[in-house]
Amino acid sequence: MERVPVLKIGDILLVSIQVDMSDQTAVMLQEDLAERIVATGCHGVIIDITALDIVDSFVGRMLSTIASISKVLDAETVVVGMRPAVAITLVELGLSLNSIRTALNVERGMELIAAARTDEWVMVDGDEDAETTATT
Amino acid sequence: MALSAEESGWLARLLTKNAEQLIRRWTELVASSLRGRLSHAELARQVQELHRSMIGAVENGLTDLDSEQGGELRAVLAELSRGRARQGFSASETAISVFALKDVLLELMEEDQNAGNLRDFVAFSALIDQMGLFTFESFVRTRESLIADQAEQLLELSTPVVKIWEGVVAVPLVGTLDSARAQVVMERLLQTLVDTGSPYAIIDITGVPAVDTQVAQHILKTVVAARLMGADCIISGIRPQIAQTIVALGIEFGDIATKASLADALRHVLRLTGVDNARRHQRRES
Repeated sequence: MERVPVLKIGDILLVSIQVDMSDQTAVMLQEDLAERIVATGCHGVIIDITALDIVDSFVGRMLSTIASISKVLDAETVVVGMRPAVAITLVELGLSLNSIRTALNVERGMELIAAARTDEWVMVDGDEDAETTATT
Repeated sequence: MALSAEESGWLARLLTKNAEQLIRRWTELVASSLRGRLSHAELARQVQELHRSMIGAVENGLTDLDSEQGGELRAVLAELSRGRARQGFSASETAISVFALKDVLLELMEEDQNAGNLRDFVAFSALIDQMGLFTFESFVRTRESLIADQAEQLLELSTPVVKIWEGVVAVPLVGTLDSARAQVVMERLLQTLVDTGSPYAIIDITGVPAVDTQVAQHILKTVVAARLMGADCIISGIRPQIAQTIVALGIEFGDIATKASLADALRHVLRLTGVDNARRHQRRES
């Protein structure tokens, strides 16, 4: 039984999918991830799909589900490393994965999550930084 | 259709006997049809070569252009029409180079009553027709290969993806977008995004003469695919008429940023990245 590892880097959980996803692997990944988010108190999840040649509606739905679960647990999900061929196929299939945030690579993904966190801090900080938030 | 042995013998005699006069008259006729777009010397050389290979062919007992004896003549004709096709002459201008021989021979026969009778002329005329058709076919073949080459070059050349700023790439689209080109553009753009790690792409459509629903569809697909990969696309270079067409066709660009010029698009992107930088500094300070 293959398991997808969940790595913790600072405030972020990194999931690198390198195997073909089956129903069971997907369910286990969802469970593991939910537990880790709660256990570590992380606020960001990066799912790296660089190794995936094919993303079908099943994987697409799995990504959406993970994003929703993380959202409930107050963690931002970013899918990174989607290949051009995969993106083209998804567009042709009409799957635009609207609910999921994406980034080109892990580095950009971390920046994105950091930026999202900063936004919240700025809002907490109060009036003096309100201008920065307004421009976004 | 085929020439008999006697007829080809007669033709060989006729072609050799008045060679000089024939070549001069033939060159004159062709030159008048081409209206001076080819130098006289060049034309005379072509006609001489054609004349020589014709004599060679009929002396070998040519009966039909498709036969073995016609090999050299066919090669000369093909060469001639290839040259004409590349120089941009029309098909009829090319074919006339061959058909002019008919007029020349008719003139020769009128001058010299012993030269031959009507039957010979008709048989010979059939041969010229064959030659003319062959020329025409080679002409078309050359043109087709030219067009195919050009289409390929166009596909290669017209879709560059350029980096215009740190983390910003641009695709200046030039010419009509069909499905094949759109596919190439999409693949190149997405690949460049991955290779350079650029989070912003600008699609500039200044050079696209018209936007219909299909072209818009292609552009939208590219933008959505780029978004899936985590990059943002901005469409720029929308001319007034194109903006009107887009609205008239009811094409929705949704939340995709559109700008009038490439400069505006770049400024927009820089503002976005500027915000990112500002945030980063803020984070480091806090």
